[in-house]
Amino acid sequence: MAQVNLRRLVKTYDDTPAVRGIDLDIPDKEFVVLVGPSGCGKTTTLRMIAGLEDITEGDVVIGDEVVNDVPPKDRNIAMVFQNYALYPHMTVRENMSFGLRLKKFPKDDIERRVQNAARILDIGELLERKPKQLSGGQRQRVAMGRAIVRDPKVFLFDEPLSNLDAKLRVQMRTEIKKVHQKVRTTTVYVTHDQVEAMTLADRVVVMNGGRIEQVGAPNELYHSPVSKFVAGFIGSPAMNFLPCTLEEAGALRVRLNEAIALPVPQDRTARYRPLLGKQDLQLGLRPEHIVDARAQLEPGQHAFEATIDVAEPMGMETLAYFQVNGVDVCARVHPNAGAAAGARLRLAADMSCMHLIDGATGRVL
Amino acid sequence: MSSVPQASSPEVLTGTPARSGSMKEDRRRALYWSYFFLVLFAVFFLTPPIYMLITSLKSSAEIGAITNPWFVYHPTLDNYTALLGSEQYLTFFKNSAVVSVVVVIITMLISIPAAFALARMKFWGSATLGMGVFLTYLIPETLLFIPLFKIFAWVQDLTGIEVMNHYWVLMFIYPTLTVPFCTWIMIGYFASIPKELDEAALIDGAGYLQMLTKIFIPVALPGIIAATIFAFTVSWADFLYPMAFTTSADQLVLPAGIVTILIRGDVYAWGQIMAACLLGALPPLLIYAFLMDYYIAGLTAGATKG
Repeated sequence: MAQVNLRRLVKTYDDTPAVRGIDLDIPDKEFVVLVGPSGCGKTTTLRMIAGLEDITEGDVVIGDEVVNDVPPKDRNIAMVFQNYALYPHMTVRENMSFGLRLKKFPKDDIERRVQNAARILDIGELLERKPKQLSGGQRQRVAMGRAIVRDPKVFLFDEPLSNLDAKLRVQMRTEIKKVHQKVRTTTVYVTHDQVEAMTLADRVVVMNGGRIEQVGAPNELYHSPVSKFVAGFIGSPAMNFLPCTLEEAGALRVRLNEAIALPVPQDRTARYRPLLGKQDLQLGLRPEHIVDARAQLEPGQHAFEATIDVAEPMGMETLAYFQVNGVDVCARVHPNAGAAAGARLRLAADMSCMHLIDGATGRVL
Repeated sequence: MSSVPQASSPEVLTGTPARSGSMKEDRRRALYWSYFFLVLFAVFFLTPPIYMLITSLKSSAEIGAITNPWFVYHPTLDNYTALLGSEQYLTFFKNSAVVSVVVVIITMLISIPAAFALARMKFWGSATLGMGVFLTYLIPETLLFIPLFKIFAWVQDLTGIEVMNHYWVLMFIYPTLTVPFCTWIMIGYFASIPKELDEAALIDGAGYLQMLTKIFIPVALPGIIAATIFAFTVSWADFLYPMAFTTSADQLVLPAGIVTILIRGDVYAWGQIMAACLLGALPPLLIYAFLMDYYIAGLTAGATKG
């Protein structure tokens, strides 16, 4: 078991920066997920931790040791790859024990570890099969088994569920979480799927353009994003961003257009009042915070009317899309709220959950 | 009168009428042409060996007689028994076998590590080197044998070691043909192995040599077998180099030996020539037959992902 520290980590490929100076401390036993869009540097960061990429600048520390020049095999890490990377000519047992055999572990020790991992992952009956005889989910379990038998200091997962179908992905997500709860090994997990990140992580690291945008617990990122990028990336459907201005008309209000002006919550007026007259502001409001207005509004809710362009019934709710000043806005309404194309609907915005964003810098104010 | 279709009409045979330009019609037309050309090629390429087989079963008298050349009136195995009883022929056979097996071993010992290095260990100039290896294969042996002859003559002058007129000299010459091609096809094969496999092996603690022997060679076995078959066939069947570099009867390999002992001036022992060629074609034929599945897999690997 060990902590992982990244200190001013930089990676450039022929003058093209991929990672632009990352500082991150991952305590022992923590499950950290690096999440971000393609090309944000998350996989490169993981590969630098694994030792599969040279480090341009900075340090990777595993335990108390700077491992920049330590080869992958001596870092005491295990990695699970997106395409499983099982050795096709070996049986499951041989795949799992390959690393231990190379390191000349005693045979009975190898067998004990393989059996233990097979029990944890429930793949005891598959040990004599070849990878081609396994389903996608079983292959992914074997890949995890190969990591577990080595009892490493750190687990590294590189988008391990991306090749699985949607149903299996959800199932394997739970499996991974269960395994981590059993073995409690420090884990760094890379994904582009924010749902995976939110459900698995103790802490989520949101990356963008080779930098860390925000580090925090899943709920912290959801409720208190520091930037428009994080606010838009975490949550599905994504947060709505509406150009707005602040106005003082008795109380501080966010004006979206001539018809809609929504009051700023009391506890934020002092913070936002200095921004009166500032151009290029955006109101950030998640779809779940724009709902169909009931007769009695909840505290913090403020009603307005909108004409629905598109309605997407999801069963337990309906996603209703409408426009404000030419910008598409998504609301989550009750299935029986009458959301349909062309329908005029009375909606309620929960302004206690609003975010005000500086459009120029992308920072949440 | 009757609207019931005739039993032989296409509507009945195919279920629904095939419209002109439809997939079904296109497919049928494509199949007809495929069969036409396949049969044409099969006839074209199988006629010579069949003619050889027929001739090899005839006596010299029957070959010289004015009869139907495609029919054997008095079949005999005399040509085969004469050859198999001939010490010279068996020597050619043995020389060919030794040369081919050693060439295959030398080729694999050079090509496999070379292909692995060029495919996987990115280093300065690796791409250029890979291309260079392939380009050497494009130089025909008819162009190479004179400079090679000069080099061997020079080595002989320099060291005093007689390198000409020994069958073992072919073991050093044939790899000039086999190594570039085998390296090239194995570069392609190794490159088709997912990169994550070597990274997993690196993390598991394998060095590059272990990665090659424990992962790449077993995984790329079909490609290696394809390369082996190629190397064996080339060194078994090559004609120009043994003709240029070996002259003594006891140093000849099959292709050169057959024409040397069975053609005396303008006298051709046709029956024995045909029998000798057919017997000579047996080893590659057997190897193809046993390894055909691997060979096909080797040729098609890397065409699609996964």
